[in-house]
Amino acid sequence: MKPTSHSFPANARIGLADPILQTALGLARSGFPLRRQQAIERLPEFEELREVGRAIKDHTLAHLDFYLELYERNVTAAGGQVHWARNAAEARAAVLDICRSVDAKIVTKGKSMVAEEIALNDHLEANGITPVETDLGEYIIQLRHEPPSHIIAPAIHLMKEQVAEAFRAAHTELDPDRSLNDPRALCDEARTVLRPRFLAADVGITGANFLVAETGSSIIVTNEGNGDLTQILPRIHIVVTSLEKVVPTLEDAATLLRLLARSATGQEFSSYTTISTGPRRPGDHDGPEQYHVVLLDNGRTALLGGEFQDMLRCLRCAACLNHCPVYAAVGGHAYGWVYPGPMGAVLTPALVGVEEAGHLPNASSFCGRCESVCPVKIPLPKMMRHWREREFARRLSPPVYRSGLRLWAWVAQRPALYHALADIAGRVLGWAGGHRGRFRSLPFAQGWTAVRDLPAPEGRSFHSLWAERQRKPRGHR
Amino acid sequence: MNSARDDILAGIRRGLGRGPVGAETAAELAARVAAHRRNLVPARAAGLDHAARVDLFVAMAEEVQTTVARVASLDNVPGEVARYLAAENLPAELVMAPDPSLDAIRWDQRPLLQIRRGRAEPRDAVSLTPCLAAVAETGTLLLVSGADTPTTLNFLPDTHIVVLRAGQVVASYEDGWDLVRGRQEWPRTVNLITGPSRTGDIEQRIQLGAHGPRRLHVVLVEDAPAAE
Repeated sequence: MKPTSHSFPANARIGLADPILQTALGLARSGFPLRRQQAIERLPEFEELREVGRAIKDHTLAHLDFYLELYERNVTAAGGQVHWARNAAEARAAVLDICRSVDAKIVTKGKSMVAEEIALNDHLEANGITPVETDLGEYIIQLRHEPPSHIIAPAIHLMKEQVAEAFRAAHTELDPDRSLNDPRALCDEARTVLRPRFLAADVGITGANFLVAETGSSIIVTNEGNGDLTQILPRIHIVVTSLEKVVPTLEDAATLLRLLARSATGQEFSSYTTISTGPRRPGDHDGPEQYHVVLLDNGRTALLGGEFQDMLRCLRCAACLNHCPVYAAVGGHAYGWVYPGPMGAVLTPALVGVEEAGHLPNASSFCGRCESVCPVKIPLPKMMRHWREREFARRLSPPVYRSGLRLWAWVAQRPALYHALADIAGRVLGWAGGHRGRFRSLPFAQGWTAVRDLPAPEGRSFHSLWAERQRKPRGHR
Repeated sequence: MNSARDDILAGIRRGLGRGPVGAETAAELAARVAAHRRNLVPARAAGLDHAARVDLFVAMAEEVQTTVARVASLDNVPGEVARYLAAENLPAELVMAPDPSLDAIRWDQRPLLQIRRGRAEPRDAVSLTPCLAAVAETGTLLLVSGADTPTTLNFLPDTHIVVLRAGQVVASYEDGWDLVRGRQEWPRTVNLITGPSRTGDIEQRIQLGAHGPRRLHVVLVEDAPAAE
């Protein structure tokens, strides 16, 4: 999909004014953090596991070439095939070639953020192949022709009424008077409608949460079982994934799996964790005849060795989205591309460029919750700051902002002047704020006062109070 | 033009500021993989004796809506399966994994139970499978694919019944990996199943039976010997 991250401020205003989105985000705000908290309280080792998880990922990234080559050897040994893709176009072409080799008409898909990243569905449709999303959330947004708004709960921006509307519009073969008043009925309808598609599909495409070098396996984690029906029923299973998903051993995967579900949905473990290794074996009654892995780079290796390398540890659990006050206020679509929230604010500029996505690292209060809940301790605020620096260095921020910042820096580097000005400003504002103690509006500060009051300063700066205190004899403290 | 593979590997080495890993490092990394040493494993299940571990498995499984029936021996399995199907108002008809351990069960005690052996077909409502192990830590069943154990049985039918012997209950996923490694070859599919299929995609309200089984029932056989 074409990014609209450059319109973040406008997108955010739309989100803030959308009552349905605000109701839906309210459910998310209360649900995910509480469930995560309850889950980690039951596992005393959780904090220590975060450290171990970070070390596993760092070790793997430091030897990424070795582990990818080992992974590929083991995929091949198990009868599968790895297709390396430098960019989205190569990945799309690889998938299309495989689909065409069996003259595929219908392709079922398990949820894959990498498939979103390469805009795979549009490409398949343009080439006469029907992609069918099978994760309930993904299916809903596919019907509505919109991108996911959350990396693990793609339809989190909707309420059941919008889902019912989408189902009535799409499932015209069903009784128009049927009741679709509750999530149960909607879930049952999706199950009924999608089951024949699972059975009819020629190719099944899934993502991967992890790739295991030791065995050449891909691992998917789902709750619905859609990923499993997607990969065991068709003749071909294609795993569309990216290269930083590799881990050395199954033991390493086990550690990261313990972190993943708890951080994501607050479950002890997701319903289905599936380890897939190659195509069906002699004697098997089911399973795909071919197993392909499309391994995408798309700018990731360029992050190695630089200030954004830590981002490649990301497990895509969405804990940072679920705990972000900005995400919770504006929703995922405001971010304008595939990855929203704090992880998106760091990853999107890396993948589509800071020119397009420079707003995203600015959309943060730097409260630090994202880093504090990240299962692999990615320093997200620090990396957003790096993007801000780059944005400034490349003169991408607006002139007023740049001049303001330059003026402030000039003053801040002259302490005497800074203190004098701060003292004057404090006294004037303190006097003007008067007995109310706050401002409803203030010249040059409408950006703040349009939506909230500005507290008036007390009248004296900390520096002057401190200096006065230092002058007094010790006994008077 | 270089291949994508060469370019990507070269890009990784450029980023990391080095050439291909040297022979010594490669040997160390290969040894790390071969040793597949365990990382920190939570004490939750590892510290328990076997009976307590089985109890933990049952408690964790029930927490995620798996139902568990404990029976004294393999001879009680057909009766429990028939009871469960009747209680759930399901027809006495199922598709069973063509697995020797299940064939050994005295199904002739329940002549009214119609059993077909093979993979699952779309019309099958109930499946019955063995499992390789069960992980006490999170109430998770570990199933592997093979000629005797088609994977479709675990996902297509609405109701999945699993026969688990108490001796198969292990503490951790890592214990499970060791059991899988003990087989002749690493299987095509390893399924870790923790409760029936579910989704919270609409208003975050959990619904069971999104695409996979709506019901997961474990028949836990107490006296059977330990896993193969």
